[in-house]
Amino acid sequence: MLRFTIRRLLQMIPTVITVALLIFIIFSVVPGSFAASMMADGRMDADPALMERMNREFGLDKPLYERFGQYLYDIARFDLGTSFRTRLPVTHMINERVWASLKLAIAAMLFAAVIGVPLGFIAALRPGSIFDTATMIGAVSGLSMPQFWLGLLLMYLFALQLGWLPSFGYGDGGFMHLILPAITLGLTPLALLARTTRAGVLDVLNADYIRTAHSKGMSNQKVVRWHVARNALVLIVTTIGLQFGSLMGAAVVIEKLFSWPGIGSLLVDSVAVRDIPTVQGTILVIVLWFLVINTLIDLVYAAIDPRIKQG
Amino acid sequence: MLKTLTLVGLVGLGAMAAAHAQTPQRGGTLNFTAPYGSSFATLDPHAMVTIQDEIFASAIHRSLYRWDTTKNEPVLELASEVTASPDRRVFTYKLLTNAVFHHGKPLTADDVIWSYQRIATASNAFPGARHVAAIAGAADFASGKATTISGLRKIDDHTLEITFTQPTNPGFTLMRGSMAILPSDIAGRPEFATRPVGLGPFRFVEHVPGSQGVVARFDRYYKEGRPFLDRVNIVIMGDASARDVAFRNREIDASILGPSQYQAYSADPNLSKHMIEVAEVFTRNIGFNNTFGPFTDRRVRQAINHAINGPLIVQRLARNKAYPAVSWLPISSPPFDKNAAPYAYDPAKARALLAEAGYPNGFEFEVNATPNESWGVPIVEAIIPMLAQVGIKVRPRPVESAVHSEYVIKGEFQAYIWSNTTGPDPLQALQCFHSQTPASACNYTRFRSPEFDKLFDAARAEPDPAKQTELLRQANNLIQQEAPVWFFNYNKAVMAYQPWVHGIQPNATEQALQNYEEIWIDANAPASRR
Repeated sequence: MLRFTIRRLLQMIPTVITVALLIFIIFSVVPGSFAASMMADGRMDADPALMERMNREFGLDKPLYERFGQYLYDIARFDLGTSFRTRLPVTHMINERVWASLKLAIAAMLFAAVIGVPLGFIAALRPGSIFDTATMIGAVSGLSMPQFWLGLLLMYLFALQLGWLPSFGYGDGGFMHLILPAITLGLTPLALLARTTRAGVLDVLNADYIRTAHSKGMSNQKVVRWHVARNALVLIVTTIGLQFGSLMGAAVVIEKLFSWPGIGSLLVDSVAVRDIPTVQGTILVIVLWFLVINTLIDLVYAAIDPRIKQG
Repeated sequence: MLKTLTLVGLVGLGAMAAAHAQTPQRGGTLNFTAPYGSSFATLDPHAMVTIQDEIFASAIHRSLYRWDTTKNEPVLELASEVTASPDRRVFTYKLLTNAVFHHGKPLTADDVIWSYQRIATASNAFPGARHVAAIAGAADFASGKATTISGLRKIDDHTLEITFTQPTNPGFTLMRGSMAILPSDIAGRPEFATRPVGLGPFRFVEHVPGSQGVVARFDRYYKEGRPFLDRVNIVIMGDASARDVAFRNREIDASILGPSQYQAYSADPNLSKHMIEVAEVFTRNIGFNNTFGPFTDRRVRQAINHAINGPLIVQRLARNKAYPAVSWLPISSPPFDKNAAPYAYDPAKARALLAEAGYPNGFEFEVNATPNESWGVPIVEAIIPMLAQVGIKVRPRPVESAVHSEYVIKGEFQAYIWSNTTGPDPLQALQCFHSQTPASACNYTRFRSPEFDKLFDAARAEPDPAKQTELLRQANNLIQQEAPVWFFNYNKAVMAYQPWVHGIQPNATEQALQNYEEIWIDANAPASRR
């Protein structure tokens, strides 16, 4: 297991380097600059002297290879540079926001898993029933509903009409402020989990070894607990992992809508003004998050099904 | 007799209640909104480039001047008096003796000099450097040839002399948020960027990046009895729909409205009672590249102004949340000519002008445009059929906003649609059409007119404000005739506020910038804010 873990961790390194290279190249070739973005809303007239000064101070007047060398050197020292926009270290800015993002992602995933998996499971055990049909209609609706619209709908219902929950903000970081953004963000993975769980369980239920277990006189409850649940778990864990990994990136819209102080809104703001160090740093963190989650999922696989680590 | 006395008594009580309702009350919390984006970029006012940052900073910091929303002009803020030399180059300020920074240090001339030198320091690359550049000796300081700015002279702790390179009205530049006066003893320290200290009516409490900034009343503020509020929460809410829900749910006290909300709020008998509208100093326009074939001819530019039904677009697309533009300078600008008529919608005249200019069958051009609903692709799409009527074919060229400004500065466009600042300083707004102003500064249309240059130079050199205004009026009228742009509209900023909020001011420079010290809330506010 230790060798498997080390191998998986080492595999992350080339991925991170490739992503870092891609981010650098993309933001070096796309048009637009931080200095020009200051004039984007037309509130400030262009100032060539200021633009030149900014490009010099931010090192943008240096050749591309030199900037890339510096970028790699800084990353190797875990230094993500200084934001053009805030003039603060990018690590400081990410540290300020990443915890709120994690909190939201974990809450959303918990909501999705705790509701989605049992729903899918029960639906699969009663295929064709009203419960099954209702669950699948709900799941398709959840998948097709734009998160932005859903967020507004929930705000309207629970904040404006019922007055139960605040419609926006982080507040003191308490539970009440977390509920609406977490439900909005969690609904898509919930729907996906319900569908995948149902499909996975149905697949297992039709397997030969389930029939064998039944024919050997094993009770239905025991078959479900010992054979169906365990074998369907690989697919469920895969879906949870993929969804959990992508939640931080997917939270961009939700964070903006609910004024949630996460990393997604930082990324959007930074891209808009070409704050390259912040964009690079934020994307790297999101990629790392994805890789770490996937590595953890691989380790869970190995624990569930020992054949995987041998492969 | 008893009836009369009762009536008099009731009237008296009613009058007292009305008077009480209008008497500012101390205390409470205001939940204000910062609507332009999803974060505050910086808490260092000298590094600020956006209004979003200024919405927060204006509670904490003060500059030498401020914008007076009643007089519609800059007025002294940190000085009790100023004397100007006859040529309006040298200004002597008597600084306030009771102004104290939030950490207890009194304001002195050293703080002003230190702040302006910090802004001008080249390695800081602060946006306010262009404003300090107007002070004598600033260029030498910025290039490292001098260790101080010679035009900044401390006479004593509370007397400061500023010498400018040319006649000027310093209020327009020195009132800006990016020209805030900071405490010279601590503002250079790294922690200042996250825990700012200023001279304003509120002291910094907390900043939750991406969510909100919180300030609390500064008890040693230099204005007696101000501020009224105990606390201001400035909530970052970039999405208009989310602001709408929060406002209707009484979670926020004031909110900038978009076109859709404006229409809905105007139609609501309750919400419409508490809205403030102001013509802001931004002119939405389509700038023509004056070096691009057809646009070198004034008649073509005029023809386009006649061919587009601007008021119809304002009505249908901007949902009347704009004022049809007449010329470059906005309605609130002193040189704006109230007798000047806008270009009339007259396709026949447009066709005639095009024929005179040698384009009887029209021509084709593209317009760089961002997705902005008020001055972007949707507007260009609306003018396509109007210009087609006179034979002109228009294509929108969609660009991202950061790229848009870069293309305009570099001249990579035939035309562009934009919202440009046209105030509050009319001199600065019109300077963008001077032939000496490079395209990389703000002469984006590459406009050149010796007649305009002459008028503008005379206005710039004129020390008499009334005569200067008259010259600028002529220059602005000339720009209208020359039509280097299609004059589309002036932004109508609209702010909705809750019935318990008082003291919201109409700010033509930017409605979202409020002088929080004048705002108060009454006893009808929700318990969480009282």
